[in-house]
Amino acid sequence: MAALLELDNVEARYGPVKVLHGVSLAVEDGQIAAVLGANGAGKTTTLRAVSGTVRRTGTIRFAGKALGRTGPDGAARAGIAHVPEGRGTFAELTVWENLRLGAYSRRRVPKDDYRRVLEYFPWIDGRRHQQAGTLSGGEQQMLALARAFMQRPRLLLLDEPSLGLAPVLVTEIFRIIQELNQHEGLTVLVVEQNAHIALQLAQTATVLEVGRVALSGPSAELEQDESIRRSYLGY
Amino acid sequence: MRKHLPAIVSLAVVAVVIALLPFQLDGYHEGLMARVGVFFIAILGLNILTGYTGQISIGHGAFMAIGGYTTAVMSHYHDTNLILTLPLAFAISFGFGVLVGIPALRFSGVYLALVTFALAVSVPQFALKWSKFFGGSNGLQTTTTPTQLWLFVVTWSSAGILYLVAWLVLRGRTGRAFRAVRDSEIAAAASGVALPIYKTLAFGISAAFAGVAGSLLVLATNGFAQPNEFTVFLSLEILVGAAVAGFGSLWGILVGALFIGLLPTVSADVPLIGSSHGQDVVFGLIVIGIMLLLPTGFAGLLRRIRTLPGIRTKET
Amino acid sequence: MSSIAQRLGARGGAGRVGTGASPITVLCLVAAAIFLLVGSLVSPIFAQQTVAGLAQGAIFASLALALVLIYRATEVINFAQGEMAMATTYFAYQLTLWGLTYWAAFFLALVMGFFLGLVIQVVAIRPVQHSVIAVVIVTVGLFVLIDGLVTWKWGADLKFMPAPFGNQVYHVGSVAFSRQDLGTLVVVIATVLILWVLFRFTKLGLAMRAAALRPASASLVGVRVNWMLAIGWGLAAVVGAVAGLMTEPTVFLQPTMMQAVLLYAFAAAVLGGLESPAGAVVGGLALGVFLNLVGQYVGFATSELRLPIAFAVLLVVLLIKPQGLFGRKQVRRV
Repeated sequence: MAALLELDNVEARYGPVKVLHGVSLAVEDGQIAAVLGANGAGKTTTLRAVSGTVRRTGTIRFAGKALGRTGPDGAARAGIAHVPEGRGTFAELTVWENLRLGAYSRRRVPKDDYRRVLEYFPWIDGRRHQQAGTLSGGEQQMLALARAFMQRPRLLLLDEPSLGLAPVLVTEIFRIIQELNQHEGLTVLVVEQNAHIALQLAQTATVLEVGRVALSGPSAELEQDESIRRSYLGY
Repeated sequence: MRKHLPAIVSLAVVAVVIALLPFQLDGYHEGLMARVGVFFIAILGLNILTGYTGQISIGHGAFMAIGGYTTAVMSHYHDTNLILTLPLAFAISFGFGVLVGIPALRFSGVYLALVTFALAVSVPQFALKWSKFFGGSNGLQTTTTPTQLWLFVVTWSSAGILYLVAWLVLRGRTGRAFRAVRDSEIAAAASGVALPIYKTLAFGISAAFAGVAGSLLVLATNGFAQPNEFTVFLSLEILVGAAVAGFGSLWGILVGALFIGLLPTVSADVPLIGSSHGQDVVFGLIVIGIMLLLPTGFAGLLRRIRTLPGIRTKET
Repeated sequence: MSSIAQRLGARGGAGRVGTGASPITVLCLVAAAIFLLVGSLVSPIFAQQTVAGLAQGAIFASLALALVLIYRATEVINFAQGEMAMATTYFAYQLTLWGLTYWAAFFLALVMGFFLGLVIQVVAIRPVQHSVIAVVIVTVGLFVLIDGLVTWKWGADLKFMPAPFGNQVYHVGSVAFSRQDLGTLVVVIATVLILWVLFRFTKLGLAMRAAALRPASASLVGVRVNWMLAIGWGLAAVVGAVAGLMTEPTVFLQPTMMQAVLLYAFAAAVLGGLESPAGAVVGGLALGVFLNLVGQYVGFATSELRLPIAFAVLLVVLLIKPQGLFGRKQVRRV
């Protein structure tokens, strides 16, 4: 199967500070892949490079075509949904308006689609007109996922979905991500600091260290190798 | 001392040129250059507020009005020596500046712009309201009207003195506090800079400068202080002059003052647009053009030239 | 594209939470309305001043609406709003000279106004939108430029357009009000309603709100934020054009026609809340009535003080409730 997403020697900087020093990775269609590493390793920046939120050099190929430098809205139109740090929720708008915005880049949205979202996130139904900013942390994270799903993307970029959530909620969210991956065929690239749960979710993982790829491979291998676990994954 | 050498040389050059000008110019042009001097002082004052403390003001015409009317009133009713009215205008405008600065503490950015704008529009109206004392729309005139040469000398001498005052204020602790406020208010407050005091001080000093400029403006217009001299457009002109100047450069402020002071006369001579609305078109285009192409003003342009390869870099 | 991200990120710093009009505000407004009603029934002079105040207030409201739209979209105060409105009114005038009926010219001028606003945003505002001072100066430059261009093309002498609503004057008791006043009020309210529908129910309106609230997030869902800002300016220009066309019957056509209105519109917009279209209308009407009543009953408040009083209102609002009557509280993230 051809890789859906390929990064080839991608470099990125914030002003004068270079954060990615040539990152290469590939995500197969239908896979869940994880990007791991310590704080400041460049995980978030990697996602931002893919969605075009940060200026970068190097090649990024998506669905066989080179991704141009059109900025985040271009990536969204190409079929990439990015749930950033902070979830990107429109706190001042209602839950329903957030979902409608998710579907913004699509030309026609069949009525059915909203029903399908409610299947994954049934609690939304009663809260359509609630202001999104008043939702709990877990609910906001799920709303962010729902919004991304409304985009009907081919690739989902998730930045630390477990951040700030109780373990019960984390399990719930990861379950939903897995369902979306298996039933809807959504390819997922997830950034996580919590390597253990990430490796349980993802099939492959890439570990970043100070803006470079330290190692990558199938999750099972990484999990089993004790020295790797100790040095890179922290447990 | 070494570090300041280029600045001192600049200052000396400018001073010499200005000192020599009266010998080259006739009365009319002397008056014109005096007007440039007025704008120089006003822009210098606004520079301190906006360039150094980052607070925006579209109301400096109001402070000019206060200074101008101080001169007119003192001369008209008490026959005060004209030169003496200048420090008086300085003090009174400083007071008003502090008074405005205190409530202005609550605002920032766009809101501060609106508040100062409101000030600029309102102050001339008060002169109309109490027309018996202030002379109404006809204005109030000083008892003596100075010659063009007198005007030139006094204006540029004041400019020189005030420039030195500004320099002294800005190089010391106060200046550092001002810059801290500009760069980040929150950080400045967190590191112990008494925000309210310094912000208010900046307003006061800036207003004081504008007050002196206003006095000189009144003297430059035959000693008449009139409400329609101090409309909101004057405030806008000063702001534009400050933008053209950029901040941190003597030459910048000169360029800004020359721009505002001379543009009306210069563009009047251009054939196609030689009428007041032609001037407006030129003024508008140039202002917009400068903001788009040269957002850091003339001072920024100088800085960029200085950092070109081959030219010795200088810290600004 | 990181410059976009930096600019977008910088704007996301102030999240707005909380609802608009608090119960107290609504209560005060109802109380004020009752006061006006009772006063009008008791005294014909009071009634006349109130009616005249509403008429003038409607004009303030219409330009305030344009100011609010731009502020909501891009957080700038457009000092050139009045001049843009004035220019569009001259466009309509020219169209009537070329044979169009008033209303055909009206709507065509609105379209032209839209493009004027759009082009101005793209050419003059977008390059400097990161700096408040720069934008202020650019709008000032536009003010002078447009004024000069209009005077150059059409001259400074007074011109007249056909009256949109006729010149009939109605009388209720001894209180007079003109068809024009009523028409203005209706047009202003219709404009607000149309805008409400646009923003609440259409995809474009939602995208514009999203782009204004959180540009970075909006970009991620595929909204072309820069275009939304430009369209916002176009829309505001259309509303401004309506304001200009409704002002013309009162002060007639001259380059300075909108300058005073602009100043009052600022006060009205701040009073109502710089981010609330409904607030702009309520603020405008309230300001108009307030100024008239104060002018009538407070001896000290002669006509020279009208403008300073309006600005005193602005100042008081900013000091006591800076978000205005209908605005939301601003939360500043460090």
